[in-house]
Amino acid sequence: MAVSLREYRARIKSTESMKKITRAMELIAASRIIKAQQRAQSAAPYARELTRAISAVATYSNVDHALTTEPEDPKRAAILIVTSDRGLAGAYSSSVLKEAERLIEKLRGEGKDVAVYIAGRKGEAYFKFRGRAIENAWTGFSDQPSHQAASEIGAALIEAFLDEDEQGVDEVHVVFTRFRSMLTQEPTAVRLLPLEVVEGEERPESTEVLPLYEFEPSAEAVLDALLPRYVESRIFFALLQSAASELAARQKAMKSATDNAQELIKKYTRIANQARQAGITQEISEIVGGVNALADAQAGSE
Amino acid sequence: MAADGLLHVELVAPDRTVWSGQADMVIARTIEGDVGVLRGHAPLLSLLTDAVVEISTPDAGVVVAVVDGGFISVANDRVSILSDHAQLPEEIDVDKARSELEEARGLMGANDDAERRLRRAEARIRAVEKSS
Repeated sequence: MAVSLREYRARIKSTESMKKITRAMELIAASRIIKAQQRAQSAAPYARELTRAISAVATYSNVDHALTTEPEDPKRAAILIVTSDRGLAGAYSSSVLKEAERLIEKLRGEGKDVAVYIAGRKGEAYFKFRGRAIENAWTGFSDQPSHQAASEIGAALIEAFLDEDEQGVDEVHVVFTRFRSMLTQEPTAVRLLPLEVVEGEERPESTEVLPLYEFEPSAEAVLDALLPRYVESRIFFALLQSAASELAARQKAMKSATDNAQELIKKYTRIANQARQAGITQEISEIVGGVNALADAQAGSE
Repeated sequence: MAADGLLHVELVAPDRTVWSGQADMVIARTIEGDVGVLRGHAPLLSLLTDAVVEISTPDAGVVVAVVDGGFISVANDRVSILSDHAQLPEEIDVDKARSELEEARGLMGANDDAERRLRRAEARIRAVEKSS
């Protein structure tokens, strides 16, 4: 017994309060996931209608748009990495960053320069700490992204994409965490720009006949207005998915932290009990020893 | 789609569905002028300006909503109105819209932004007035 009983009691206490905190965080994350999923669901109709309209334009007009044209010789690529603002979410941020590093390596291998755009403080800190250049970073909304944040990011990325000179980029990728279920979240990298219009999960079924459209004022003008919205909507989708994934990862991490704290408390309680018992045994043997010594001494004097 | 002689209308903002249901007629203001959509309308994709959208429901009611730009798409008796900001009159803060209107009037001519703000504030007030 290297440590006294009192110290074990203190350790149990601090572990208990830690457990209370992680438990609370677990519950908060759990309730927020439901909200995040609802937000993702209520964003779906907009994305669906937008995709429907865009595929109508793409199918029924032969308009080329700057956002859909493949640059001939891509030299510079932008990556938007969606990370969290706060930690305590297990491997959430590090796995998305790992995926991003892989993509950066791949793009560099293809001879492209990489410009990094980041959403979320964790990613920003990661790149700043390593002294690597960040083109732009947006923070402060990772667990409940607003559409406005998505349009800001979208506007910046589109501007960079349409920029013709040195600073402009020829393609834009997004790395985010796809929410598969409460248990699995996958870091995913997708190419955002140039747009491949007929893609995505919300595509109208192929059996549905797309009608001949009238465009007002013109197909070009409609496309001009629609495509940036589409980009924003895809970014918004990525942000919402990431938010749900972040919360799920946090809930999982906090659940195992709570379980570990419980284990520790159990272990410390056992050791503390042992220490207490050892103390009592020692006291008894001291008393018995003392009594015996006294009895021996008295027996000797008589 | 709507075999019962009605339009199916969806009014959606990026983060929610503002209104969806059956309707007799939809009137919206595109950048080329007002457009009314009845059943059997030819497929249409058009850009909207900051204005009021009116949806006449089968029970002779009118749903009024204000949109800040966006677009309307009509196909197969199905009308989708998408806008970055769409509000129903009961969600509009009239006093705020009025003070916004005054402020934007004061700034008129200074920049294009003021004109846009003015239009939006006006559309909001009009939507509230129409629905009451």
